[in-house]
Parts: sequence; C-alpha cells; structure tokens
Amino acid sequence: MDHFSFNLGKPRHEMTDRRNIFQVDIKPRSESSTDPITRTQRPIVTGTSVIALKYQDGVMLAADNLASYGSLARFKDVERLYPVGEFTVIGASGDISDFQYTKHLLDAEMVKEYYINDGHVLGAPHIYEYLSRVMYNRRSQINPLWNAYVVGGYHNGEGFLGYVDLLGTTYKSSSIATGFGAYLAQPILRKVVEGHENTLSEEEAINAIETCMKVLFYRDARSLNKFQRAKITAQGVEITQPYSVDTEWSFAEGQ
Amino acid sequence: MNSTAFCDNTLTSGPTGHGFYPYEANGGTAVAIAGEDFCVVASDTRQSNGYLINARYSPKAFKMSDKAVLANSGFAADGNALVRRLGQRMQWYRHSHEKEMSITALAQLLSNTLYYKRFFPYYTQVLLGGIDENGVGVVFSFDPVGSYGSEICRAAGTAAALIQPFLDNQVELKNMQIGEKPRLSLDRALCIAKDAFTSATERDIYTGDYLEIYIIKGDGVTIENYPLKKD
Repeated sequence: MDHFSFNLGKPRHEMTDRRNIFQVDIKPRSESSTDPITRTQRPIVTGTSVIALKYQDGVMLAADNLASYGSLARFKDVERLYPVGEFTVIGASGDISDFQYTKHLLDAEMVKEYYINDGHVLGAPHIYEYLSRVMYNRRSQINPLWNAYVVGGYHNGEGFLGYVDLLGTTYKSSSIATGFGAYLAQPILRKVVEGHENTLSEEEAINAIETCMKVLFYRDARSLNKFQRAKITAQGVEITQPYSVDTEWSFAEGQ
Repeated sequence: MNSTAFCDNTLTSGPTGHGFYPYEANGGTAVAIAGEDFCVVASDTRQSNGYLINARYSPKAFKMSDKAVLANSGFAADGNALVRRLGQRMQWYRHSHEKEMSITALAQLLSNTLYYKRFFPYYTQVLLGGIDENGVGVVFSFDPVGSYGSEICRAAGTAAALIQPFLDNQVELKNMQIGEKPRLSLDRALCIAKDAFTSATERDIYTGDYLEIYIIKGDGVTIENYPLKKD
C-alpha cells in the first residue's frame, strides 16, 4: 500500500519498485531489466552495391572487395559473393557482420538438408525463399538483418535472379542492382539486358558488368576498383579472383 | 511495454538520427469489377520504391481458388506474407472440411487475419473478387486493418483516386441520365478495366509495365496479360 497521497494515480514500476519508493521520473536505471531493448539501428561495417544480370548461359553477379567503416575504407579483401550449394551465389550489400551471420545460417541449412539425404538439394529458388522468410521475420520483430541480398543461380535449365532486403521486400528481375548501383548501374544493365535475356553472350555480359563497376568506382565514394565477378551456369558456379578495370582520370587533372 | 515498442523513440530516432521503419510503399494499382455471373480482377505488375522501379513483372494478384482472386497494393512484402498465410488457412480448411472455402468465408477470414494484426498492420489494401455460393460475381474490398465491405466495383492502390470515379460512372452508371440501366457484359467490363489502366499509367508513375487480368467465371479462372507503358 502506498501511503503517499501525492503518488496516487501515478504509474509505478512493479518489477523493481514493489514498495513504490521512487517516483517514476527519478527511478534509477541500474536494473538491466528496466533498460530499453536495443536492436540493430544502423549498419557499422558495410559493403556497397551488388550488381547482377541474366544472360544466355545463366546469371552473372559482381561486387567489390571493400568493407567500409563509415567513410573509412577499412577492409579491402572482403568477399561479398558467396556460393551456397552448387548452383547458387548470394551477393551481399549492407552490414558485413549480418552477412556473416546469414552465411552461417545458410550453411547450417544446407548441411541439415544434406543429412536428410533424400536426393533433394536446395536450389536457387529455395535458398531465395528461405532467405526472404528469414529477412521478413527479422523485420517483423523490428530487429532487421541490415542487408540487401542478390540471389543468383541456375535451376531447372534456366537462370534465377532475385532480390531480398532488410524489409523483407522481394522481387525477381532480369537485372538487379543494390544501393548506389540501383541509380548508376541499373539503367545501363536494363539497356543491355531487357528483351535480350536469351541472346546475350557471355562476352557482352562481362562487358556490361565491367562498364557498371567502372561507373560505380568513378562515382560511388564507398567503392573500390577491386572486385569479383561470379557466373552461374549449367556447369555450376565460377567466381573470379579479385581484379580491376582500367580507369581514366586525366580529365580531372585540370589539363 | 513491448507492444508500444513500435511507436516509441527507439524506433524512429537512434543516436545518429537513423532508425528502422518497417514499411515501404511499393505502389501499384488493382481494380475489381463484379458482373452478374463473372468477376474481373485486374492489376498492374510494376513494383516500385520511390523513383526506382524494382521490377517490371512482380504480380500482386493471386488466384486463391477456382472462385476467388486476391489483389493487393501497398507494402509488397506484407502483401505476399498475407497471401501465403491465407493460402495456408485455405489448405487447412480443405483438409478438415473436404471442400473449398467459399469467397464469403474467405472474405471474413481475411478480415479477421488483418484485424489480428491491428497494432502492427499488414500495410496493404486488398481487393477480393470472385463468384459466390449462388454463382453471382462479387467484390470485397478491405482496408489494412480488416474493415471490409461488398461492392460492385472498386479500385485500390496508388491510382485508386484516378480510377474509382471512372468506374463509378462507367460500371455503376452513376450520374447518367438514363432510365433502364443495361446489364454489364464481360467484354464491357474488360474494356473498362483496360481503359482504366492505360489512362492511369499516363498520370501515375507507380502504375505501368504490364496489366494482368483475372477473369473468374463459373467454370474457372483465366488470366490475360497486356503490355502497359514502361516509362
């Protein structure tokens, strides 16, 4: 019973203040249970754009090897293209630690499916579905994995290309670009790809990817001219070693 | 305390002004028209985010049964989650009752499903079109928290304000100085739906790419696909 009449009708924290000693506005915050629950509210170490397109043999993706810490180019040897199974690659932009957790989740799932040993192997559409459910579930708990993922693969005789982000938003398209790439690379990719998904050669696809990576390096201050390219075809996954494209800066030298 | 976490300041402003907002507007428009013995459900297939087009073909209308089609507009991830959840409930219904859920039952289920998430809503406007137990065309429209009603015709989504007056006039023949109102044929309903979308595409940047039309009749559902402007 509260004997202080000025406290009548005022709220009271029953877990920590059973005798109603403290007024609500001067309650000490030492009890950990009274602290607000904190969640990922911003990404810390981040990767920039991932770009991808469909072509006649399957799907091609590219992402640079930079992990930024704000405006600091912190790690320059991070691989943001990750193979899952024999015919799928996921490309990650956004928070790198959340990406590492996602890699762990997907690997665990692949192992689980392998143990079942029923002849079924998770293909690109299944991994895409799983990932989209994880992402939507986390956003629904207001505790998102701060990423935009591109899932590229080859399944049932055709290329697969899908997008999943921290809100659980999903879509499939013949060309996809995340982050700054959505502004800078997607128009280039659409011009090359739309309507030519089944006729675009590997050489043309590589050309388009390299043009886009060059444009991104010129204009995206969080990018790096050192990137990897993955292709997923009927033959499986192939991810290149990190490489660069030639750039031209003389126009900026004031000559 | 947890139920209010959604609207307290930990969500909208972190120490750097960053925050996580769990919704996004993906645009798009849906139209449903009920006839005497048919129903037309049409929607565009563009998915957008601000000035960006995410995908040109990402359908937001789904066949739920041989007598019901659901179209939604708003936050695409919520829309898809809602459709999946509803599909699963319909499957459970089939297993327990050995029959397909009627569209009136589906409408009530959908309303309850939306209201269940009243304080963290599925951010989506839903149209449900089909054929009822008597073989009559019906349209139900829903708001994001489950209030719903039966209608003759309805437009939902980003171009709803452009299309609804057109439908009122051309389908329900509102403000027409005529005595006897002729019955609406399927061909006429299709023409109205197509015209509504070609016109809406001109003025609404969130509507375009392709028009997908579901036609629900007593003998099942058919789909037609038409191109819209891609700009």
